[in-house]
Amino acid sequence: MNIASLAPLAVVLPILGAALTFLLIRHSRAQRAVSIAVLSLTLALECLLLASAWNSGTAAVTIGGWLPPWGIVMVVDQFSSLMLVVSSAISLAVLVYATGQGMADGDHDAPVSIFHPTYLILVAGVSNAFLSGDLFNLYVGFEILLTASYVLMTLGGTGPRIRAGVTYVVVSVVSSVLFLIAIAMVYGATGTVNMADLAIKLGELDQGTRTLLHVMLLVAFGIKAAVFPLSFWLPDSYPTAPAPVTAVFAGLLTKVGVYAMVRTETLLFPGDTLNTPLMVVALLTMVVGILGALAQSDIKRLLSFTLVSHIGYMVFGLAMSSAVGLAAAVFYVAHHITIQTSLFLVTGLIERRGGSSSVDRLGGLAKLSPMLALLFFIPAMNLAGIPPFSGFLGKVGLIQAGIELGTPLAYALVIGGVVTSLLTLLAVARVWNRAFWRRPTDAEHPDPVLLATPSARISGPGAKLNTVTLLPRTMVGSTAGLVVLGVALTVFAGPLFGLSDRAARDMLDRAPYIQSVLGSDVQIPAPAGAGGTR
Amino acid sequence: MSVNLTLLIVMGALYACGIYLILERSLTRVLLGLMLLANATNLLILATGGYAGLAPLFTKDTPAQDYNDPLPQALILTSIVISFAVTAFMLGIIYRTWVLARQDEIQDDMEDRRVAATPSFDAEDDAEVPAETSEFPLTMLGTDGRDVSNHAGSGTGEDRETDRPVATVLAGGREMPAEHAAAEEQPGSLNVDPHPEGGGQ
Repeated sequence: MNIASLAPLAVVLPILGAALTFLLIRHSRAQRAVSIAVLSLTLALECLLLASAWNSGTAAVTIGGWLPPWGIVMVVDQFSSLMLVVSSAISLAVLVYATGQGMADGDHDAPVSIFHPTYLILVAGVSNAFLSGDLFNLYVGFEILLTASYVLMTLGGTGPRIRAGVTYVVVSVVSSVLFLIAIAMVYGATGTVNMADLAIKLGELDQGTRTLLHVMLLVAFGIKAAVFPLSFWLPDSYPTAPAPVTAVFAGLLTKVGVYAMVRTETLLFPGDTLNTPLMVVALLTMVVGILGALAQSDIKRLLSFTLVSHIGYMVFGLAMSSAVGLAAAVFYVAHHITIQTSLFLVTGLIERRGGSSSVDRLGGLAKLSPMLALLFFIPAMNLAGIPPFSGFLGKVGLIQAGIELGTPLAYALVIGGVVTSLLTLLAVARVWNRAFWRRPTDAEHPDPVLLATPSARISGPGAKLNTVTLLPRTMVGSTAGLVVLGVALTVFAGPLFGLSDRAARDMLDRAPYIQSVLGSDVQIPAPAGAGGTR
Repeated sequence: MSVNLTLLIVMGALYACGIYLILERSLTRVLLGLMLLANATNLLILATGGYAGLAPLFTKDTPAQDYNDPLPQALILTSIVISFAVTAFMLGIIYRTWVLARQDEIQDDMEDRRVAATPSFDAEDDAEVPAETSEFPLTMLGTDGRDVSNHAGSGTGEDRETDRPVATVLAGGREMPAEHAAAEEQPGSLNVDPHPEGGGQ
């Protein structure tokens, strides 16, 4: 039996886990154990899938034995399995962090016991979206993860979260409706929703129809990926959610949109004419996003803006549609999921330790908690792209690809990328200077916890009972784990780049994907409208 | 092949009303708009199935082209279920908004308003620094040739320092004002004691 045929388990396991944790809703200890066990199992399974994709290439699983193009297929290739592994790894770290937070604050009877089932459903949706080889199943995957994310976003139902949740839900629903309209039109034009089949049949349509379908899909995915003119909702809605939820959203949800854009560009509409607009959009996303980040004083909002900004790098790599650019984009996605999530987790810790997430009110954290400073410093420098970190390597790859392409627009993007990197450094350096470096007394209205002298702390045997643990070991440990994972991406950047490169070549070639789904005797049409940039 | 014109007109009307409604500020209307958009899209999917045919239940002597295309109907069914869930959730949110704020309107993001209203001048980044602010001060000359020191104070420091007698400490073999001294040497320093890290001690 082929290992790749276990792929559906990556979706089924979290859903079963969700059902089980829902039954255990009154037993928070068992709930935690089940959800961590399920996610660990899923992660192990996905590592196997990655190994199988690395060794034996792309494989397709037909669900229920219904043959494509009629039945639903799941496709395991190098890109999707890499995304699965990275996403499950960070979901697991965030889950451990969240349980640590829950245990520290003693929420045994709180209504947030709904957290675990919802979280597992979210993971199932993300896995389904990554594995789907069928446009409508991709839509279903999106809806699963979005519906779970609505619940997580408004967890607790406080005023600010409800306000942010309304924006988020309405924008997401509109983008889903756009996606559904696009699917209807694709089906009307070609009579199929199987992506491998579409890859062949879309090429036979006339140019106008193709462009319309292409633009509609890109707009729908662009909203989810938060690409510049469509990114307005993200910094508004993400920061109010609980820290672990924001972290997992920032890491995963936008990347699922990017993943869908990559599939659209490489598989469905290869070598098409929308590369120039995509590059312009990538430039604007990078620059406008980071300028927004510079204006913020709340760390969570600042990070949300850097998130938008760095989506621009991925779109940049994608828009070049060269093997080098696409490989760099794949590498960048893996890097960015890890780094952005760890930064949001650290921000959660900062908020606990310093009493606020606004840089105006923080100070002296480097002295109060050197560990926290280290945990912030490494991913922050990584995000800004300081050598030798993986952020630097990803950006070098993109810049290399841009120079190889050599058009004026590509050079503009290279310059924009470097400027964005420097401005990111400025943004995180401001956070560092204020929250960690200056004296707490220099902050505006610093939280008393920053000013408390060590001698004033409650001591004695009763102290432990009365004080809330500021930095529980599980939270610090899971954050440190993610930071180490980010560093590991740097250390093992060579093999990872090799994997990204092979994934990119396979995606541009299209034959492995299409033939694994439809059989090896299918003729792969040359990309229609190919000319120039490929 | 005939086109079902009624269906198309209804679909267009639903889209038009839906888009008009989601541009409203009232949440209930936005929800109604989203429902109309979802249903218009269902009609669109139905329309992609081609003209009406027989129910797709297999019988031996019916030619294949007489059947209706069953796939769009399956898609619509899925999409109805999804929009049902989202509508229920939206209703919950709207009710919660009403409970919390007694209004059925989309509210502004206060933090966004605050950032927008913040002047571009930032005291910490942009103010002319009249004094050495590091922990290890040097005696400096200001731009006007006079000695400047931390004691001149700036920004938030000023109100804290002016109404207090200058405390001095012995540092580096000479007397210096306490504010100039490194944190470890200051009387009553907050930072002397290493702070226990994590772990709930």
